[in-house]
Amino acid sequence: MTKCPAILDKRGAEVMDVKEQVIQIIAEQAMLDVSDVAMESTPEELGIDSLGLVESIFAIEEQFDISVPFNANDPSESDFDISSVAKIVEGIEKLIAEQKS
Amino acid sequence: MKRVVITGAGTINALGQDVPATLEAMREGRCGIGELEFRDVERLAIRIGGQVKGFEPETVFNRQQLALYDRFTQFTLLAARQAVAQAGLEFVGDLANTSGVVLGTSGGGLSTQDDNYRAVYEEGKNRVHPFVVPKLMNNAATSHVSMEFNVKGPSFTVATACASSNHAMGQAFQMIRTGMCTAMITGGSESMLCFGGVKAWEGLRVMSKDACRPFSATRNGMVQGEGAGVFVFEEYEHAKARGAEILGEVLGFAMTSDAADIVMPSKHGAARAISGALRDARVSRERVSYINAHGTGTAANDKTECAAVADVFGTHADNLMISSTKSMHGHLIGGTGAVELLACLMALKDGVIAPTIGYEEADPECALDVVPNVAREAEVDVVLSNAFAFGGLNAVLVLGRA
Repeated sequence: MTKCPAILDKRGAEVMDVKEQVIQIIAEQAMLDVSDVAMESTPEELGIDSLGLVESIFAIEEQFDISVPFNANDPSESDFDISSVAKIVEGIEKLIAEQKS
Repeated sequence: MKRVVITGAGTINALGQDVPATLEAMREGRCGIGELEFRDVERLAIRIGGQVKGFEPETVFNRQQLALYDRFTQFTLLAARQAVAQAGLEFVGDLANTSGVVLGTSGGGLSTQDDNYRAVYEEGKNRVHPFVVPKLMNNAATSHVSMEFNVKGPSFTVATACASSNHAMGQAFQMIRTGMCTAMITGGSESMLCFGGVKAWEGLRVMSKDACRPFSATRNGMVQGEGAGVFVFEEYEHAKARGAEILGEVLGFAMTSDAADIVMPSKHGAARAISGALRDARVSRERVSYINAHGTGTAANDKTECAAVADVFGTHADNLMISSTKSMHGHLIGGTGAVELLACLMALKDGVIAPTIGYEEADPECALDVVPNVAREAEVDVVLSNAFAFGGLNAVLVLGRA
């Protein structure tokens, strides 16, 4: 999938927040409109299978330049919670804070 | 239809650099998986593998040979020399013309590709060694084996990811069974343990960072290995007439395609391959006492494989043993079925069942006798070797006692 470009203002600051960018990545993976991605949805409900999930995590890592601890063998056992879009956003915000500080 | 027997075996893998050393390690449940050692390994998240260590190709091959032999070819030749020596065959005259080489590999000369891409992309070099192409091609190992032993009949390489070796050996079996060939050098080889090779697998996020624990509830992915397994398959009457030692008989083979998903395994595809192989071998399922599992140690493979075995064998599934030796030598991808066939021969010939090591906790979805952690003595009559590849391509062999 294509990398989701960061949207910057004139000073180079990001206009889209983490949540919006994650939703955009997930929407693109699920082939849905951004407006159809509800925060409480599970990846499964959005039609994202295990391979799609691995691809989404990759896009997120590329987008935010972070490393996400995710094991496709057993996603529920990973340190990274993927049980809903909201949990994914929450986890990524935490990883950004940890890895970018 | 002709009967097909195995009269020679050879290997190099993380457990040993010949068959006796490998079988000894399997009997003892020794783990050959350890820290990977190669350039740029510090840039990997996955740093363990069943790497062949203490092997010095310079002591085995000369300078001209090394210029042409990728590591996967080196492994193949080493294993093939052992197998042909044990079989005691000399390929001359008619025998040369009616014998062939069919080998499996997935990545072929992957480390040659890795080294040379690095040279031109990273180091900015504009010139590569003249033998890059003949060194990296997937059929290089097959061709060098045919040249070294003067084997002039049907020869080619099979690439079906993790099922490559089983497809290759199945093909070799059928070529002898139908009367097309008298003897075949067959098996497979893999050498993906280089930076690019492991990095690509890392991307899929199915690799374990600590150990390969097939069927255990605590399993967390596969671990790669490298090496080769090579065998001499021979027409039974030909082997008998010359008084060759018979290590085992190949009774049947079947292959299926899931036609479903590029990475997720299918219970139905696996079950059809297993039952098809039994039908081909004309043996009843009750005669099967051991299955060398595909058993990768991923969540998906192990539970799907156990479900397929339960489907095919019904109540007999509780009486048979199934183990994954990948826990010891890692997953040799295109060479894996060949090294695993050694465990099948050990079961048939020596009555020793190789264990599934690293087993910590029972998984209700893998509720079979997986021969946990310790090898077991058992008299077995018929064994199976499973291989289920990415891409949904399945290949199962049935073997019997000599």
